[in-house]
Amino acid sequence: MNILAAEAHNPLIPPVGEIIVGIIAFGILYFVLAKFVFPQMEKTFVARREAIEGGIERAEDMQAEAKAALDQYRAQLAEARTEAAQIRDAARAEGQQILEELRTQAQEESARIVARGEEQLAANRQQVVNQLRGQIGQLAVDLAGRVVGESLAEDARRSGTVDRFLDQLDGMSSATAGDGRGGASAYVPQGER
Amino acid sequence: MTSSALALVNVLAAEGAEGDSGFQSPTIEEFYPEPLVSFSLLGVDFEFTRITFILFFATALILVLLVTAMRRPGIVPGKLQWLAESGYSVVRDGIARDVIGPKGLPFAPFLGSLFFFILANNAMSIVPGLQISPMSKFAFPLVLAVFVWVLYNYVGIREQGAAKYFKDAAIPPGVPAAALILVTPIELLQVFVIRPFTLAVRLFANMFAGHMLLVVFSLGAVYLLQVGNFSVIFAPFSLLMAIIMTFFELLVIVLQAYVFTVLTATYLNGAVEPAH
Repeated sequence: MNILAAEAHNPLIPPVGEIIVGIIAFGILYFVLAKFVFPQMEKTFVARREAIEGGIERAEDMQAEAKAALDQYRAQLAEARTEAAQIRDAARAEGQQILEELRTQAQEESARIVARGEEQLAANRQQVVNQLRGQIGQLAVDLAGRVVGESLAEDARRSGTVDRFLDQLDGMSSATAGDGRGGASAYVPQGER
Repeated sequence: MTSSALALVNVLAAEGAEGDSGFQSPTIEEFYPEPLVSFSLLGVDFEFTRITFILFFATALILVLLVTAMRRPGIVPGKLQWLAESGYSVVRDGIARDVIGPKGLPFAPFLGSLFFFILANNAMSIVPGLQISPMSKFAFPLVLAVFVWVLYNYVGIREQGAAKYFKDAAIPPGVPAAALILVTPIELLQVFVIRPFTLAVRLFANMFAGHMLLVVFSLGAVYLLQVGNFSVIFAPFSLLMAIIMTFFELLVIVLQAYVFTVLTATYLNGAVEPAH
């Protein structure tokens, strides 16, 4: 039976029934795959790509944010620095001014002290001179009285001889020396003698 | 019962009948098993043999696998999903996009279906207990080739216009007028007859020959064991060859599915892009 059938079979001439079966089988497979499976795969590919790209995007956003924050901090720092510099400059200027004021004040003070000292010195000197003038007059009259042997005090006081003499001496010393001091120094040795 | 065992029964029966007939090599009857169901519908005879059921089984198997893999797809794929996506990616990116170009992506579902259909059916040739590929029946590769033929001609006419498509097919640009006497018939025959025919025959013949090789070596081993003389020592070699050829068959299974898909993409590329 088999042998007889073999003569009838040609492998390159398929029966119509088999062709129809093949069409149906492939048709069903194509329908299911193209309708459900492959679109699902495409969707998964897209979702996966988006997940990856989304991650990258998020990271980029974060980086941009961090960069913005950094820039802000830098700007603030620079601002603070300029402000500090300004404050420093201002402080320096103020210090300079205060120093200047103090200096002028001190100079004024010292000038005033010097002036007062000179004034006092002059007053003392005047006082001393006046005192000395009195004492020297008395001394001179006493000495002269002792030399003459009698008291000339009354007469001398009456006539103002001593004063006149001293005025002459003053006039002489001021004529010989340039200033009052020269007169005084020229006068002192005379007094001590 | 496997077809090999069936053939063995035939061999033994033949031996019993004729006494001394020697090795009975497998015949074309390997591919024509007894129909399990046969009926006639609208004047067409349907004979459902075990090969027909293997076709249904393989198709259902790959469908169930792919649908299960993509039923609840995750951004991070599971093992099965990864496997399914890898297979589709090979076709979508490696064939549709790279061979056809940017216009190729719409064809990816068709190419993917072809690939998975052929792969699943080819794989049946080494599944123990089934051990025959429906693709070794010429009808099934032929159906696929005809689908491909219809598709690329349709796409060519749609993309380039009927006049230009047929003119370019008949008169390839850049061919000297004198050569057209030879070139035109060859080109027309090639585009409209030889392409689908070779596409179908390549797949069919590979699976047909692969099955024959496996049967020959398997039956050979059995025969050498039973023949009852010193030739028993050659039986293990025959068995070893059967095992080696099974691994070789595995290579052929994947390769032929890939080749069929790539060639389809190449023809589609010729239809999408005008001839150079």
